[in-house]
Amino acid sequence: MTKVDIVNKISEQAGLQKPESELGVETIISLIKETLGKGEGVILRRFGSFQVRQKRERIGRNPKTGEEASITARKVVRFKAGKYFKAAVNT
Amino acid sequence: MTKSDMAEKLAEKLKITKQQAEVIINIFTNSIIEALSKGDKVEIRGFGSFRVRHRSAKEGRNPKTGEKVFVQPKKVPFFKTGKEFRLIVDGKEVAE
Repeated sequence: MTKVDIVNKISEQAGLQKPESELGVETIISLIKETLGKGEGVILRRFGSFQVRQKRERIGRNPKTGEEASITARKVVRFKAGKYFKAAVNT
Repeated sequence: MTKSDMAEKLAEKLKITKQQAEVIINIFTNSIIEALSKGDKVEIRGFGSFRVRHRSAKEGRNPKTGEKVFVQPKKVPFFKTGKEFRLIVDGKEVAE
């Protein structure tokens, strides 16, 4: 499934024109990106939450060559699925 | 940011009511949940992809009692952050 499929679903189920649905999807995605970019989280009940996690610098290993390499400290996105979402994939 | 905050911003942008905006957000999240429930994956460019990861059965322990318990194999929703999103969060400008 891609963005187009989600846009189509919104058009059908919410009775919106395609361009409007597309703008809706783009806006939702941009809002999530912008919010996390500011270091804040997004919590959508049932679905899950997106949070920023600070990772410390650590020594990693290239799985192909076995060479050690330092992995710099960084911020990463963490998605935690909600209860409803977790249950849905297990039924 | 909660769903309510998001709905307000979305309503403003699309010039629709907050209720309508909530409906759109619900369809968005429900279509992702539905796709993964069917074993399908969802890929959104610049954002990331959602897919199901399989966790095999394992022997665990009840952290309170220390008792051994058998943990059933299960499936968990997994989100892999897309490149653009990853760079925004790490505070680096999008290269290229």
